Amino acid sequence: MTPTVAVPPVRSTIVVNAPPARAFEVFTTGIDRWWPRSHHIGKTDMKATVVEPKLGGRCYSTHVDGSEVTWGTVRAWEPPRRLVLAWQITPTYQCETDPAKASEVEVRFVPEGGGTRVELEHRHFERHGEGGAAMAASVGAPNGWTGLLGLFKTAVG
Amino acid sequence: MTYQDASFAALGDPTRRQILLLLRDGPAPVGTIAGRFPVSRPAISQHLKVLKDAQLVVVRPAGTRRLYELDPRGLAALRAFFEQFWNEALLAFKAEVERPTRARRRRTP
Repeated sequence: MTPTVAVPPVRSTIVVNAPPARAFEVFTTGIDRWWPRSHHIGKTDMKATVVEPKLGGRCYSTHVDGSEVTWGTVRAWEPPRRLVLAWQITPTYQCETDPAKASEVEVRFVPEGGGTRVELEHRHFERHGEGGAAMAASVGAPNGWTGLLGLFKTAVG
Repeated sequence: MTYQDASFAALGDPTRRQILLLLRDGPAPVGTIAGRFPVSRPAISQHLKVLKDAQLVVVRPAGTRRLYELDPRGLAALRAFFEQFWNEALLAFKAEVERPTRARRRRTP
């Protein structure tokens, strides 16, 4: 059995020219306006992605065939400063129904000058399986996020 | 070719992904791996070489056998993948936050 390996968190930060309240609003209720269209775990093309604006809110995508797929849950809802989402996408690109097996995305909105520094941390990848290697192995899975992979390839070209 | 390029190129093949999923259950010799796929053993050996070059599997001698197992360095590929994703997503987020109000509209899918 593969031992569980802790995977260091992934961090990404960006400064936006808007106050924290607006940044928080666009990140959450406005998520469909910026989330990459290719990035979903549905069986058909994505119509929209939604974050329900409350603690315990569901994060899901809707699809052209009428289906809905859950991809996360709001674990902390502290506008305009902090948001935590459970990342419920399994290594085989299905919805993870067991919260203990979800990784986690924390987003902090820190005032900076007249704008906001948005600090994102995606952590606990090892919860997705027996070592994050399991997830690494399926990053190129044929369903779901292949568009994201293409985006990655374009970027590293 | 960068390390990430090699990793993701290696992951682009369905047989290689299946091999990695198989190795999640534990180390295995090439014969065992080949027995699980409807392709020739030399073809499996070639896939294993690509995975090894991409640092997704390592080979470990065990007596007279050589066992293939997941390479923890593959974790670097996982992290690189999400780093790239979030960097891209946050750039798209920034563009939307800073879009002038009168130009704001829903993106068409």
